[in-house]
Amino acid sequence: MPHLAVNDVRAKYGSLEVLKGINFSIEKGEIAALVGPSGSGKSTVLRALMGLTPITGGEVDIAGETMNYSSAKEVRAARDRMAVVFQQYNLFQNMTVMQNLTLAPLKIKKWDKSEVMTEARRLLGLVGLSDKADAYSDQLSGGQQQRVALARALALKPQILLLDEVTSALDPELVNEVLDAIRKLADEGMTMVIVSHEMAFVREVADKVVFMDAGQIIEAGTPAELFDTPKTDRARDFFSKILRH
Amino acid sequence: MERILEQIPRFFSGPNMILLLESAGLTLAMTLMGCLIGFGLAFVLVYLRQTPGLWALPLRLVCILYVEVFRRIPFIVVVYLVLFFIQTVTPNASLFTIAVIAICLYAVAYTADIIRGGLESVPQAQVEAAQAMNLSRLQTNLRIVLPQAWPVIVPPAIAFAVSFIKDTALVSQVGVFELTFRGKELNNQGYSGILVFGTIALCYFLMSFPLSMLGQYLEKRLATPRGQRRSRKIWFT
Repeated sequence: MPHLAVNDVRAKYGSLEVLKGINFSIEKGEIAALVGPSGSGKSTVLRALMGLTPITGGEVDIAGETMNYSSAKEVRAARDRMAVVFQQYNLFQNMTVMQNLTLAPLKIKKWDKSEVMTEARRLLGLVGLSDKADAYSDQLSGGQQQRVALARALALKPQILLLDEVTSALDPELVNEVLDAIRKLADEGMTMVIVSHEMAFVREVADKVVFMDAGQIIEAGTPAELFDTPKTDRARDFFSKILRH
Repeated sequence: MERILEQIPRFFSGPNMILLLESAGLTLAMTLMGCLIGFGLAFVLVYLRQTPGLWALPLRLVCILYVEVFRRIPFIVVVYLVLFFIQTVTPNASLFTIAVIAICLYAVAYTADIIRGGLESVPQAQVEAAQAMNLSRLQTNLRIVLPQAWPVIVPPAIAFAVSFIKDTALVSQVGVFELTFRGKELNNQGYSGILVFGTIALCYFLMSFPLSMLGQYLEKRLATPRGQRRSRKIWFT
């Protein structure tokens, strides 16, 4: 039984079908990377999983439970099991780093306060920002904000972590500090679905690569299979263009 | 001119000053009460107006209609409407109550749009981050959106209240003993119009100016990035 199974998920923006039946699955502790050209629907898959873009068909198995996002209750249940990190960090501007990390664990999950605080401090240590607990996001660099966002997602103790182009908005020299933090999570066995343009990083950490184009999965397999011996012309064309440099 | 100078000692006598002070207080109380209650109700209206889903469509339409209608009626007409409506329902309601209700109804319509603009100025990404954590719509609004919307809402809301202090002069038409009404009365008693209304003008200025200053202060303070503020525990965080 896979930890996450996406079964024929479909989504529309108005009359435009942006996801045309997406299927993939990963086991516990595995990392799937969604790659493909801009507008191919990679980020929409993550948004659909979080219930931010309504799905119009299909269902998702999360840790053995099947959900079709058809009711507010199901959407809440799905969100309860996953956490997402956005490209633009989306830290709450009116809160300190610590408040960002503890808001949902305290107010939504209603976990014990002292445990939440201890865990939040541990996570800030994990992403190397122990000294920034009382800072506001406008006092942090992009890379620091993104690491806070990562810690905030982890504070929810998600069964699956979704990362949406988390390094795309960063200055090149700040990319590595974020990738290092994600590597640590991979080593800890966190199940993740990542959307990324960092192909070297994908090859290094991903167990499965899913290549998408125009709202469909064109090809999926191990990083070696897709990067070195793609079966479809579309994938060969895409990877030959972006792996050249 | 001589007549004015000669009237000055008599005009600035104790009883007259108490009358003016009373009516100035009444004007201020009426405006503040009406605007504050109206401001509070406007939040409720905006929240209802943003209710998602097809079933809430009539609710949304009523909210939109309220704002659009009241913004297009002169304030004095609202005052008369309230006056005659209330007097039909409860004949012995005080004129002060009627004035406050009229101000309130009007303030709801105007500040609702100010509040809506403020809430909509907060990036949708902030809302989505909150949704992804399962915050409810109310929680998202109270904890995430509203605190960030204050800097956009507060300055025009205060500007509205300040300008409304002047507009309340219109309720003298229905006989509320506010400042302008007293002015007319004193003028009728034979005091020079220049003297009377000059003093009244000064009273209006003295009431509005501190409020304007407060507005400017808040505007500056709210515009400062959070991290640069000395004290972080302020009431709206």
